[in-house]
Amino acid sequence: MLTATVFLPAAGGLVILLLLRGDRNIRWFAALIGVADLALAAMAFLSFDRTDGGARFQLLDRFDWISSQTINASYFLGVDGLSAPLVLLTGLLGLCAVLASWHITTRVKEYFVWLLLLQTAVMGVFTSLDLLLFFLFWELELLPMYMLISTWGTGRKEYSAMKFLIFTIFGSAAMLVAIVAIFISTDVGTFDMTRLLEPGSMLSSANVALPLGLLFWLFFVAFAIKLPTWPLHSWLPDAHTDAPTAASVMLAGVMLKMGGYGLLRINVGMFPEQTHMFAWILMALGVISVLYGGVVTLRQTDLKRLIAYSSVSHMGLVLVGIGSVGIVAGEVTTTGLNGAAMQLFTHGTITGLLFLGVGLIYERTHTRYIPDLGGLANRMPLVTVAFLIAGFASLGLPGLSGFVSEILVFFGAFAAFPWLTALAVLGIILAAGYILWMIQLTMFGPRREQFDTLTDASFIEAVPLVLMIIAIIGVGVYPSFLTDVFKSGLEPMVAVINDTINSQLAVGR
Amino acid sequence: MTVYDIYLVSPQIAMAALGILVILLDLVVARKSWVQGFAFVGLAAPTILALLLLFDLNGSGLSNVVPENSVLFQSLAVDRFSLFFNFLVLAATALVILASTDYVRRMDRNQGEYFGLILLSATGMLLLPAATELITIYISLELTTLPLAALGAFLLTAKSTEAGMKFLIIGAISSAIMLYGMALVFGFSGSTTLTGIAASFSGPAQQQVPFGSYAMLVGVVLMVVGFGFKLSSVPFQMWVPDVYEGGPTPVVAFLSVASKAAAFGLVLRFFYSGFTAVELDWGILLAVLAAASMTIGNLAAMVQTNIKRLFGYSTIAHAGYILIGVAAVAMGAEISGFSTLGPSSVLFYLAAYTAANLTAFFAITLISNRVDSDQIADYAGMVRRSPFMAVSLAFALIALIGVPPTSIFIAKIYVFTAAVNSGLAWLAILGVVNSVVSAYYYVRVIRVMFLNDPASDQTIEPAAPEKIPASLVARFALLVAAAATLGLGIAPGMVLKAAESAVAVLAGVYVR
Repeated sequence: MLTATVFLPAAGGLVILLLLRGDRNIRWFAALIGVADLALAAMAFLSFDRTDGGARFQLLDRFDWISSQTINASYFLGVDGLSAPLVLLTGLLGLCAVLASWHITTRVKEYFVWLLLLQTAVMGVFTSLDLLLFFLFWELELLPMYMLISTWGTGRKEYSAMKFLIFTIFGSAAMLVAIVAIFISTDVGTFDMTRLLEPGSMLSSANVALPLGLLFWLFFVAFAIKLPTWPLHSWLPDAHTDAPTAASVMLAGVMLKMGGYGLLRINVGMFPEQTHMFAWILMALGVISVLYGGVVTLRQTDLKRLIAYSSVSHMGLVLVGIGSVGIVAGEVTTTGLNGAAMQLFTHGTITGLLFLGVGLIYERTHTRYIPDLGGLANRMPLVTVAFLIAGFASLGLPGLSGFVSEILVFFGAFAAFPWLTALAVLGIILAAGYILWMIQLTMFGPRREQFDTLTDASFIEAVPLVLMIIAIIGVGVYPSFLTDVFKSGLEPMVAVINDTINSQLAVGR
Repeated sequence: MTVYDIYLVSPQIAMAALGILVILLDLVVARKSWVQGFAFVGLAAPTILALLLLFDLNGSGLSNVVPENSVLFQSLAVDRFSLFFNFLVLAATALVILASTDYVRRMDRNQGEYFGLILLSATGMLLLPAATELITIYISLELTTLPLAALGAFLLTAKSTEAGMKFLIIGAISSAIMLYGMALVFGFSGSTTLTGIAASFSGPAQQQVPFGSYAMLVGVVLMVVGFGFKLSSVPFQMWVPDVYEGGPTPVVAFLSVASKAAAFGLVLRFFYSGFTAVELDWGILLAVLAAASMTIGNLAAMVQTNIKRLFGYSTIAHAGYILIGVAAVAMGAEISGFSTLGPSSVLFYLAAYTAANLTAFFAITLISNRVDSDQIADYAGMVRRSPFMAVSLAFALIALIGVPPTSIFIAKIYVFTAAVNSGLAWLAILGVVNSVVSAYYYVRVIRVMFLNDPASDQTIEPAAPEKIPASLVARFALLVAAAATLGLGIAPGMVLKAAESAVAVLAGVYVR
């Protein structure tokens, strides 16, 4: 079933490429694929056994891919509690991205092929349980994104696309070195992630080609670029600003999540000792990202750039949540990591919604310059409501999804680093500042004559807005729908971390 | 020498005979397309003979058809290793002949010579990986090189003539240097066969001197000059960009894959069966060459505006990546015994590179036929003029970066794995960094093809850009090469296994 979920979009893209003609047909077909894939993703999520008795990895699809004396890789898909919600998120945002592309009129066929291919790549990253396959999907995402930004973007699109490409390839290269080193290190030679996550067969410093600390940082660089973390974030504002709406949605909604997912799955999962040791660095980077991102956001006048920098700030919270592992005394709990994982999901929906709204505004007013906007609430009530809900969720209003993840992150991190966490909380105040300021300046204020002819979102455009609003409010009201699942995925990891820390303490005594 | 010996070298004999027959046929038939058809169909003969040899190997369960190195007075070996390269060269030759269809149509004469020379050069390439004796190595090298020099000058334009001349002269100089090296090696080992040379190391050697003695050191280094010329590795790469730019495109394709593959076969066998006792010495020598080739090739490629020159530098860089695998002889002290990882990664990389590079060159051939320019800028908007060729070329370029799911991705993983395994982690990291650098210039070509609009002149309406016509045969060759590139990336198992079983022969000779 996961195979179908992963490859349905790519197959749909192939059908579009070879068989379909006419922009209208292509659009509707792409939307059909989006709906079908969302249904598959939802089925995968709902059929995931979240009770205690359930296996850690479920819905496995596995067969040998490359088997020879020297390289053994398998085609191995599966989800655990960590990845199942992200699969659902990808399905949701994939559909929204297709619907947000309704107004694309140039080279429609190519556009939807790239978009659907992108969705396959991201789905593949979240479900691969084989490092080589993981890397394959990780790289597969590059080219569609590059083409989407550079062809259908605006502004300095080619510059931004190239910058995105170079940053990401640099990170991939670091990751590739680490993967090769891991493959050589384990005595049997395996890319099997489930084995690397088990306490028994985990990497131990005895048999590793490169120092474990180095491997940890190689992976970290790859994921930190994607997340993005200060100081590796500079590609993000450019890429976001110049990307078409749907690409922004995919970029902010799911591709940044690949970085966070990688950190949790590989850095935290496979290197518990190093994570504990370096937690203060992650924490510090996270806090810098939160504050730096927040301060820079305050100064933005371009709507898309503003949201892009707010992403830097919010994704910093993921690192803060992971920082909770660096606890000095007592047991690590799942709270902080759960918050980090929740932040991935909630930020995906919130920022996705914000970018959808900006896309609609830009399409109608042809400007994203905040001082030029104002009084849009008169003409676009639906978009305004969407903006308000996303904005309030973003600044952590209780009852909306952002609150849940932020509170979990802060609870978790406070136990480990109270002072740094207190600093990170300041980020919320900054968020309140820029979000409210932005909404006030664009949506409210005096009515402007040049905007009197604007129309509100059409039906097709409203569907993704409503879907996202449902997700945001739903998670805000009933968070355990997701947190239980995340928890079931994170508990084995936390158990391993606690074992490691305790055994270290025992050695220390 | 017995009749059985002739059977053992029959693929090479059949190939040479085919080359001569094609030239003769050209004199008597009027329809020149028959010449090409005959050349292609005739390849079945060496292929079938090579298959028969492979079946003999499989049937006997041995690694050699006959006891080691006894074919034709110990001058050739017929084993899985040489057969792997034979099949690779045969496949490349067949595809190049098909892809030449549109190209030779523009020539009103000399088609027979064109195909004949390709086949004769291929004969040399079939001999090279099998050669186990210095004189045979030399003759095979010359047989490979001389027809290629003639082919390089085939267009009779100034650039083409310069290409052929340059290839010939630099080739001659490097041959001379290599011959001198051979003389020294023979003089101090007392044998021209690789087994004999290997045996000469078994006596008491001066361990403090590389290669046991200074004369041997000089001899091997001089021979590396000759090999480096064929491998197009730095610092013997001067001829590459000029020849690539000036030569006929299908010939350049042939040169860049088949000739390179055969030369790597030679180098592997030469070092791994002749000089295993001193592997640390040549291992580090080749590692340095690999590092230099990758870096210089990639940096120079960044500033190219001519696509064929760009590929000239790209091929230098790839020679560097492949040399990593050759250098990855088990150098790490903690690893005991023979590791087949390095050589088998070379074999797989060569197969992967052959597929990807042929895809790229076939697309370039077809495009240049119509556009009549090799400037990258003239490729603007190619995606609308010919989606098939633009997508194929883009796919080949992505493969050459080493992005999954393509053949070279698996090949690079394999080579870097071998390097780290042999304690050459620095070389693997340098290789990865170089791959990142290379993405810049490969992606630049893709960007021009997909993003820029075609330069509009009076004859071409921007709305309906001129399509690129191409014959079905050439399209078929392009499709096969592209499918192979994808296939090796998705399901590399069979070729990986073939490569591993091929290098087991080298392990058999290897005695520590």
